[in-house]
Amino acid sequence: MTSFPEAAHEALANAQLRANLANATATIRDKRAKVVDELPDWEELREAGRAIKADVMAHLDEYLVRFEEAVTAAGGQVHWAQDAGEANRIVLEIARSHGVSELVKVKSLTTDEIGLNDALAAGGVHAVETDFAELILQLDGDWSSHILVPAIHRNRTEIRDLFRRTIADGSISDDPAELVEASRIYLREKFLGAQMGVSGANFGVVDTGTVCVVESEGNGRMCTTLPPVLVTILGIEKLVPTFRDLEVFLQLLPRSSTGERMNPYTSLWTGVTAGDGPQELHVVLLDAGRTRVLADEVGRQALHCIRCSACLNVCPVYSRTGGHAYGSVYPGPIGAILTPQLRGIENAASLPYASSLCGACYEVCPVKIDIPRVLLHLRAKAVEAVGEEREGRLMRTVARTFASARRFVLAERTGRVLQRPFVRGSRIVRLPAPLSGWTASRDLKPLAPQSFRDWWKDRGS
Amino acid sequence: MRIALFVTCIGDAVTPEVGQATVAVLEQLGHEVVFPAEQTCCGQMHLNSGYRQEALSLARRFARVFGDFDTIVSPSSSCAGMVRELYPELAPELGFLRPRVFELSELLVNRLGVTDVGAAFAERVTYHPTCHSLRVTRVGDAPLRLLESVRGLELVPLPDAEECCGFGGTFSVKNAETSTAMAVDKCAAIVSTGASVCTAVDASCLLQIGGRLSREGRAVRTLHLAEILAS
Repeated sequence: MTSFPEAAHEALANAQLRANLANATATIRDKRAKVVDELPDWEELREAGRAIKADVMAHLDEYLVRFEEAVTAAGGQVHWAQDAGEANRIVLEIARSHGVSELVKVKSLTTDEIGLNDALAAGGVHAVETDFAELILQLDGDWSSHILVPAIHRNRTEIRDLFRRTIADGSISDDPAELVEASRIYLREKFLGAQMGVSGANFGVVDTGTVCVVESEGNGRMCTTLPPVLVTILGIEKLVPTFRDLEVFLQLLPRSSTGERMNPYTSLWTGVTAGDGPQELHVVLLDAGRTRVLADEVGRQALHCIRCSACLNVCPVYSRTGGHAYGSVYPGPIGAILTPQLRGIENAASLPYASSLCGACYEVCPVKIDIPRVLLHLRAKAVEAVGEEREGRLMRTVARTFASARRFVLAERTGRVLQRPFVRGSRIVRLPAPLSGWTASRDLKPLAPQSFRDWWKDRGS
Repeated sequence: MRIALFVTCIGDAVTPEVGQATVAVLEQLGHEVVFPAEQTCCGQMHLNSGYRQEALSLARRFARVFGDFDTIVSPSSSCAGMVRELYPELAPELGFLRPRVFELSELLVNRLGVTDVGAAFAERVTYHPTCHSLRVTRVGDAPLRLLESVRGLELVPLPDAEECCGFGGTFSVKNAETSTAMAVDKCAAIVSTGASVCTAVDASCLLQIGGRLSREGRAVRTLHLAEILAS
């Protein structure tokens, strides 16, 4: 994949994108802060969320088997998929066995992660995205740049132009109500005709075999209730032990994600109920790298993520580069720790460095994922796996210099001589690589004529 | 009180005036400042860049140099935070340093109970709370309480104060463009306050902010909190 600095270069140059992002992230950020402040027990809720998830990870082997039993007992069928290819094949086979050529989809990051739509298309099955933002992206051949607001990088004028080209006529304006109405007319037909629905899942309840999806539009519920066949793809980390645990997460999630006190559409389904909803339910349990993440004691907390996107909205990096720079459906701080672990550090080595380590993400995370700590952990792994030879030499030399005050003093003296040609007045405006990255946009304060320690010595204390 | 000064590598080489101001403030209050001459760097750059082994060696070295002192002060929340919060993670036996290390403002306000150090500084000042002072060292409102007690100083609030300036150590070079985008917004916020000085408790962040302000040709200066307190 393209390295983060290269990918960010394009995004940073796009003034429209930066304005769209700055407005949108600031709005959600403020909304979140307001509703989180309302809860006197927010910290206790976070701790409960963290503890439940830690327990799930510690006993995932047992929980998965119990979940399978509960789903089966309730009339559902469970499939185990080791990787994306296997999961996609399972869904395609189910579609084929029912002669389905078009299906409707609930907004789902997991299905984006495994590239389900493309796999289905290659097998002759068209998947219609029914989430408003996902529909926009699908119509435009674009992809998500935010966990919760996939089209955050687009404004309504851009969407109006897109709809004129695709699902509406030339008279449509950029009024949000008109845009939504156009999608509603288009999607209603799809919902009523669909023979199969596909969803991801926010939670899977071990005790009852219940699947839970939270969404804001109601389109997800259409997908999970109207078609006779429903397939749910559930990342194995999405389990919670008991129904009651949902109490914690259904408070944490809406406040952290949309800044709402309560989630608008919370759909829960347990197996199959005769005469009500889908008469055939498949649950695909997806690994796709998750067990490898689980094996890493520090990194595994990334699996606690409930996909709220609070970390994206507060991230000073994400809010300037947008999501595409992260090269994955999981952007922002959580993507920077999840993607390298799911794909292997050697395939995303620049992502753990896409952070100033400001810590704003950790502060808002509803399940207390210590993202800065995992970033540091992954940086060490990146150096080990694919560390640059030149950088390694430089860092070791610097470490050796710092290992002795005498060498450090010598380095300071040498530096003062070497910097002479670059100093203009009291600043340095241009330096060779690797420091040219700094001086391209910022002046640098030169080494002082007299170090602190020399001053201290002169002072005779 | 006998206080060991950890001036930091940047503080020794680039911003000696910050260490000098720290000494002046503490001595003015009647404390004895000691400067262990063997000190160099806390190792944060290595840890943050993924060179854990090198960071660990420097951490152990720091513990040898400062291990005999009961109170250690640093005019950097980031370096104090490294020693206090991250050393124990690198090596649990370094946890003994934890209760001994303070960032300057927290030492003054929380440990020594001083908010008025007798300083006078008649300028309009805005305060940038650095990320590590907020979220690692957690100095709280200690710097603000010190600034509020400075005679003649007009403290003006900084919009979006808690947002990172974009320094982030090697991030400022590895992701130079993103780092700069953050600095540009931080500088715009600073300029909008009409302040003549932007202050903070980390010289490293001030290098970033000051470097960008200078490149933009702004008249706003950057001064470390210690320098204002020593005025």
